[in-house]
Amino acid sequence: MASVGIRDVYKSFGSTEILHGVSIDIVDGEFVTLVGPSGCGKSTLLRMIAGLENITGGEISIGDRVVNRVAPKERDIAMVFQNYALYPHMTVAENMAFSLMLKSAPKSEIDTRVNRAAEILGLVPLLSRYPRQLSGGQRQRVAMGRAIVRSPQVFLFDEPLSNLDAKLRVAMRAEIKELHQRLKTTTIYVTHDQIEAMTMADKIVVMHDGLVEQIGKPLELYDRPDNLFVASFIGSPAMNFLRGSIGGDAAPVFRGKGDVTIPLPADISATAGSSVVSGIRPEHLMISDGGFPVEIVVVEPTGSELQVIGRTPGGEEIVANFRERHAFEPGQTIRLSADPSLFHLFNAETGKRL
Amino acid sequence: MASSQTAAAPKTSMLAGLTESRGWLSLWFMLPAALLLLIFLTYPLGLGVWLGFTDARIGRPGVFIGLENYQYLWDDSVFRLSIFNTLLYTTAASILKFVLGLWLALLLNENLPFKSFFRAIVLLPWVVPTVLSAIAFWWIFDSQFSIISWALIEMGLIDERINFLGDPTNARLSVIAANVWRGIPFVAITLLAGLQTIPQSLYEAATLDGASRWQLFRYVTLPLLTPIIAITMTFSVLFTFTDFQLIYVLTRGGPVNATHLMATLSFQRGISGGQLGEGAAIAVAMIPFLLGAILFSYFGLQRRKWQQGGGD
Repeated sequence: MASVGIRDVYKSFGSTEILHGVSIDIVDGEFVTLVGPSGCGKSTLLRMIAGLENITGGEISIGDRVVNRVAPKERDIAMVFQNYALYPHMTVAENMAFSLMLKSAPKSEIDTRVNRAAEILGLVPLLSRYPRQLSGGQRQRVAMGRAIVRSPQVFLFDEPLSNLDAKLRVAMRAEIKELHQRLKTTTIYVTHDQIEAMTMADKIVVMHDGLVEQIGKPLELYDRPDNLFVASFIGSPAMNFLRGSIGGDAAPVFRGKGDVTIPLPADISATAGSSVVSGIRPEHLMISDGGFPVEIVVVEPTGSELQVIGRTPGGEEIVANFRERHAFEPGQTIRLSADPSLFHLFNAETGKRL
Repeated sequence: MASSQTAAAPKTSMLAGLTESRGWLSLWFMLPAALLLLIFLTYPLGLGVWLGFTDARIGRPGVFIGLENYQYLWDDSVFRLSIFNTLLYTTAASILKFVLGLWLALLLNENLPFKSFFRAIVLLPWVVPTVLSAIAFWWIFDSQFSIISWALIEMGLIDERINFLGDPTNARLSVIAANVWRGIPFVAITLLAGLQTIPQSLYEAATLDGASRWQLFRYVTLPLLTPIIAITMTFSVLFTFTDFQLIYVLTRGGPVNATHLMATLSFQRGISGGQLGEGAAIAVAMIPFLLGAILFSYFGLQRRKWQQGGGD
């Protein structure tokens, strides 16, 4: 096990720079997810840690060793690929034993380690099968088995669950998390799915356009997003945003389009008159006579909750989630408000949290 | 009215049976293709086999003489030599084509500059008509004007011109070289196509697993390429075994029958010599070898357990 340090890392393909100085510190034994929309550079960063891509600028270290010039196989890492990358001509056991076989490990040791990994992952009955004879989830497990067998310093996962169906994804999510709790190996996990990131990680790194937007614990990102991007990316359904300005003489209020007025907590740091974006999570909205009016467009009951998509008088879309059931009809106007302390205010120009 | 209807009923159902039942219907649909196959493939082949059992000559329909042609050929030293030549030619040329073709394919699979240009160049020997390339080789191997002899003499490596096509050993090596030159593109391009079906992530996974470049080739490339190699080399062996044009242009089987292949001998005896029956028998004698090659590749190489579909 080892810590991983990423210091001011740049990456260019030809003249296109896709990582513009990324720094992340990963503590020994931590489970870190790199999350962001496709094209944000998260997979490239992972491949640079693995040594599959060279480093244009900056420094990556594993443990105490800077690995910029260290060959992939010397880095003592194991990677699980999105398409699993199982060797189709080898059985499950041979797939898992491959790295040990290349190291000319003694056969007894190979058997012990393969069997131990197979037991952990429930692969014992499948050891003599070929990858083609396995289901997606089983292949996924073999790919992890191949990583476990090597007992590496760091596990790297590159969107490992994106080829699985929704139900299996949830099951494997828990399995990977449990595996990490058991093995305590430093893990870097790339995903574009913020739910995966939220549920699994000790620490989330939100990336966007080759830059780190925010690093923090899952609930920190949820409760205090640093900027508009993180606010919109973390949380499902996504946070509602209303554009407007700060007003009010005695107590500060938010004035949005179409005369939407929302009271704000007294201690906000924004100056009156400045233009802001106000963010409110769908689950924090509640029905209240003193709230702002919303015309209901679509009502989506999911059983456990009721999702309402509506429009403010200013024409901005707003989504509200209710735990309790309401008999709403499209076209109906309801009044919504939220606890002022749950509002997020962002500078409209810079997108930074106020 | 009623009686005519009842009389017609069984008739229509018979017709309906022939036109509408699944079995018959599929037979009707297959018939045109089957007829084409019968007329254009089976008939000539059957005629060839039949001629092998007759004493037909050009201009004279033969009579059935059983295995007499084969008995005669069994004792014919030239025929035996042609079998040896064909096996030597096929084995040597195929091995060289495989090794060089695979090497070329691996090179072309790397990220070279002007990749598509080089791929097009590699295909050239395959595109040029055989007779044309054979004539070019005829000049390259000419006893007086050979560019190889000239170059080697100029470099001071040899004193005399090489008698490429006049000496039995040289002639065999020369025709094999020409065949290899011509056959490499087929092997290289097909194997290249095979190489490109191997996912990059397997190489990445193996690299992380600690494989060296040789181990990548040995444990990833080669096993995954085996099915393609089997198909490519089966075809290559069949083409080489039945080769005719190159030999016919370069040596006509000489010197002293040293380069006579079964195909050229069959043509010489059957068409040039007019002994249709004997020529056909020589050609028919090639069939067991060809079938053997196909069966070997089918059972030995092509079918891999890991390729077969899911389930247990």
